[in-house]
Amino acid sequence: MEARHVIILGSGPAGYTAAIYTARAGLKPLVFAGPQRGGQLMWTTEVENFPGFPEGVMGPELMDRMRKQAERFGAEIVDTQVASVNLSSHPFVVSAGEDAYESQALIIATGASARWLGVLGEEQYKGKGVSACATCDGFFFRGKDVVIVGGGDAALEEATFLTKFATHVTILVRGEALRASKPLQERARGNEKITFLYYTQVEEVLGDGVKVTGVKIKNSQTQEISELSVGGLFVSIGHQPNTGMFEGQLELTKGFIVRKPDTSLTSVPGVFVAGDVADWNYQQAITAAGLGCMAAMDCEEWLASQE
Amino acid sequence: MPVLHLTQETFDSSVLQAGKPVLVDFWAPWCGPCQMMSPVVDALAEDVTDAVIGKINVDEEPGLAQQFNVLSIPTFMIFKGGQVVDQFSGAMSKEALKERLQKHF
Repeated sequence: MEARHVIILGSGPAGYTAAIYTARAGLKPLVFAGPQRGGQLMWTTEVENFPGFPEGVMGPELMDRMRKQAERFGAEIVDTQVASVNLSSHPFVVSAGEDAYESQALIIATGASARWLGVLGEEQYKGKGVSACATCDGFFFRGKDVVIVGGGDAALEEATFLTKFATHVTILVRGEALRASKPLQERARGNEKITFLYYTQVEEVLGDGVKVTGVKIKNSQTQEISELSVGGLFVSIGHQPNTGMFEGQLELTKGFIVRKPDTSLTSVPGVFVAGDVADWNYQQAITAAGLGCMAAMDCEEWLASQE
Repeated sequence: MPVLHLTQETFDSSVLQAGKPVLVDFWAPWCGPCQMMSPVVDALAEDVTDAVIGKINVDEEPGLAQQFNVLSIPTFMIFKGGQVVDQFSGAMSKEALKERLQKHF
């Protein structure tokens, strides 16, 4: 079995930052990029709030740069899918494909995945009009009406993006108000192709067997049910942490991995955590990167203390 | 085998009339998850000999995207005997993609 000082799970800003720091510290990290190499930023277009890019930077480009920076210092990044981890004995064991790896320390940066509605028809029409990626799929809705579900920053940004293609975008908001920031709200309200429906939930995705033709919606105040004829349904209701592999092995709260306050330490010594998998509050690229740095430094110190 | 870059002109002979199953990746250069999947598809093509692997750039081939009702990218379609036998969208690991393809060998 191949033996390592540190294995990093995840390739978003948290995983790559941890890789940069541990690689520079000479720990030769092995990084498993995971099923979504580059993480959530690969789903975005322009990132305007990452420091150091006054003109903005495309999400995929930013991730490519982070990856190259980690590789420059000797991080080994592989795309093999991790099947399981065993944290019950030390060194830890990571199984991936047909191989297993032993590692003294582990940094978990597996991030979060898009949340879906879980309504009738949604699964059937995924990729056929149901989408969680406006930047990928907006292009196919030129001249069509679409709805987007959600009231946060991402939903409003995506709604504004979709107006480049769609004839009309209706934003379905579950409650009475938006959670999105003021500037994004103002930008969306000023767009004549966007309308808002509050207290509205999707009950069912309707289709003709090949593609989406509409949605059945319910007003939670009046209980009234109606149908909207649309060609696309975009879902932007946040993300859930990717913790399946760690259930029963690490302390979790509300699905997130618990870290000791002001550190990256988990409930198992030698296992560190960074990024959205442990962050229910900020969930920004820069905070994930910051946590990745913390995890790498905590990891380095812990490994030194073991010698 | 290398990945085929398919066009309207080559689609018929390379996909519909192929003697093996064909995995087609509908993608575009501006799509992040497609960029994520591109090296995965390339690596899969290196691995398999019982199937043909092809890519269609939907920017350059909007006709093919429309013909097959592509509404999301990356979308993967598996063709066998000139018919679509499987279709799915989104990023996934090489193993998962391979498993899905091998069902049709």
